[in-house]
Amino acid sequence: MSNANREAPRPNAGRAGTKKELPEHFKDYRHVWVFIELERGQVHPVSFELLGEGRKLADKLGVALAGIVLGPPGETTQSAVAEAFAYGADLVYIVEAPILVDYRNEPFTKAMTELVDTYKPEILLLGATTLGRDLAGSVATTLKTGLTADCTELDVDADGSLAATRPTFGGSLLCTIYTLNYRPQMATVRPRVMAMPQRADTPIGRVIKHKLSMAEEEIVTKVLGFLPDSQSAKANLAYADVVVAGGLGLGGAENLQLVKDLARAIGAEHGCSRPLVQKGWLSADRQIGQTGKTIRPKLYIAAGISGAIQHRVGVEGADLIVAINTDPKAPIFDFAHLGIVTDAIRFLPALTEAFTRRLSPHSRDKLAS
Amino acid sequence: MHIVVCIKQVPDSAQIRVHPVTNTIMRQGVPTIINPYDLFALEQALSLRDAYGGEVTVLTMGPPMAEDALRKALGYGADRAVLLTDRYFAGSDTLATSFALSQAIAKVGETFGAPDIVFTGKQTIDGDTAQVGPGIAKRLDLLQLTYVAKIPSVDLDAREIKVERRCEGGTQMLKSRLPCLITMLEGTNEIRRGSLEDALCAARSQVLKWSAADAGIDDLTRCGLRGSPTVVKRVFAPTARAEKAALIETAEMTLRDLADELIGAILTRQPALEQELAFNGGA
Repeated sequence: MSNANREAPRPNAGRAGTKKELPEHFKDYRHVWVFIELERGQVHPVSFELLGEGRKLADKLGVALAGIVLGPPGETTQSAVAEAFAYGADLVYIVEAPILVDYRNEPFTKAMTELVDTYKPEILLLGATTLGRDLAGSVATTLKTGLTADCTELDVDADGSLAATRPTFGGSLLCTIYTLNYRPQMATVRPRVMAMPQRADTPIGRVIKHKLSMAEEEIVTKVLGFLPDSQSAKANLAYADVVVAGGLGLGGAENLQLVKDLARAIGAEHGCSRPLVQKGWLSADRQIGQTGKTIRPKLYIAAGISGAIQHRVGVEGADLIVAINTDPKAPIFDFAHLGIVTDAIRFLPALTEAFTRRLSPHSRDKLAS
Repeated sequence: MHIVVCIKQVPDSAQIRVHPVTNTIMRQGVPTIINPYDLFALEQALSLRDAYGGEVTVLTMGPPMAEDALRKALGYGADRAVLLTDRYFAGSDTLATSFALSQAIAKVGETFGAPDIVFTGKQTIDGDTAQVGPGIAKRLDLLQLTYVAKIPSVDLDAREIKVERRCEGGTQMLKSRLPCLITMLEGTNEIRRGSLEDALCAARSQVLKWSAADAGIDDLTRCGLRGSPTVVKRVFAPTARAEKAALIETAEMTLRDLADELIGAILTRQPALEQELAFNGGA
């Protein structure tokens, strides 16, 4: 090997960020933190998925995994603490205050930044939910640190830096992003991208309480009310075990009914690919893919969906992908497990009927027993 | 009232292709559009202006060609357009972008009157981060209202605003104060067809082009690559799965048989599903 080759690569001029020179004041930043998202008494499952991922990172770094619980004093907040332990946290930082009963940006940003400044995490992970994205953006800006959105893969490299991989250009490419010279290294991950970890039955760990230095009078934004979604099914798409979705191959909006019929017959949720939302055939919360929902069902049936990379990113976690498409060259057959080259419009009613035939005796048994 | 709308010119991502051999983005010939989410913000801004009077300034940061997006916005009826363009901004991540935009908004405020509301779309379709809006709000110390679906009322005298914002599982009704930053949700309205008068006006209007210095940014270390804490280390194509889908032969089979065959194949691969589907189907 020549000497020239052994020379360390020089950092690009002007790209201070590419060279790791962690400033002295960041060197005592330790631990991996996961924000435990709690809204109206429920922990969002994405927090558990993140604890599973955070556990791996913490183990690689040889540091502790902490959950961050922000909520009103009371049982629901306490049970979120217990759940954080059950899903792998070693310790939980908790801020209990009546002003944290509903999500508002001001007190949550204040609580989170105070915690970071006091206890100095190396890595901070949040769910890429509406709440998580709202909070992550303002926390990162307040702390003037890097934030990588919607990661699909998290890892720690040889020198202990967080390597956050996310789709770019609508999912056509992936890129790995580092935050080298700032702390904490922040990332958001969408629900269902990471697998749900095992729940342990021995939820114990250390609880560290932090008192929030903010009063209701200091908060400008007031919550006037909350209107829950009347169709609770809307929120269930990401967590459904069986999903049927339609694409442009359905030809017209009226044929979406065929997808809904099949979904109803087998107790599935229905969804669609992006173009259908753009055409206004279905609402945006039914969209599956990089800019819509990520799903991880046990069974996914894609009818008339060509399978652009945008869509692929959102369904890759499914256990079994069945594709129905007239075009044998459609990209969906590259990542589906089972495929039928046929017209979804004609085939869907037959499939619905066949499922109904096959399932009804079992249903009767079930009801009889 | 003075409203600033931040828009972004993005490649029409539906038309982006990746070179099959080099795994690089083939940008040539890909048309650019105004980020679709920003159009909902623009329309909301225009209708508030129409209702309460005042002016709408559209602002974008980008290369010189981003002027096209601003001209389109003028065509829809925006009153003024500012293009923040400088080589120092190249390579900005969301933190550096929100810094530059916030400085430019402050300058717009000094020059044309402080904005009552700053709008952005909920996210862009190329970056998809939803981080720039919150970043601008924090830097300008504005109240932040994200994922807003509806603005039931604005009280200019009381400096009060009510919004409905989407969140997990429902809609939150909030009361807040002006000035604030709002990120608009998609599907909230439909962008107007610009009038002939607006089109003529847009053709005649001058797009203000501001450099970093024009926007009053003296600390260039906070811009572009140097001001970006995140660093892209590697760009690569997703790995293809080794195995292609097992195709069920469709020739010479009735739809009914084909459907039975598919269900058989599904349950062979995932036997546990039978119980689940049966249960769901009976429920």
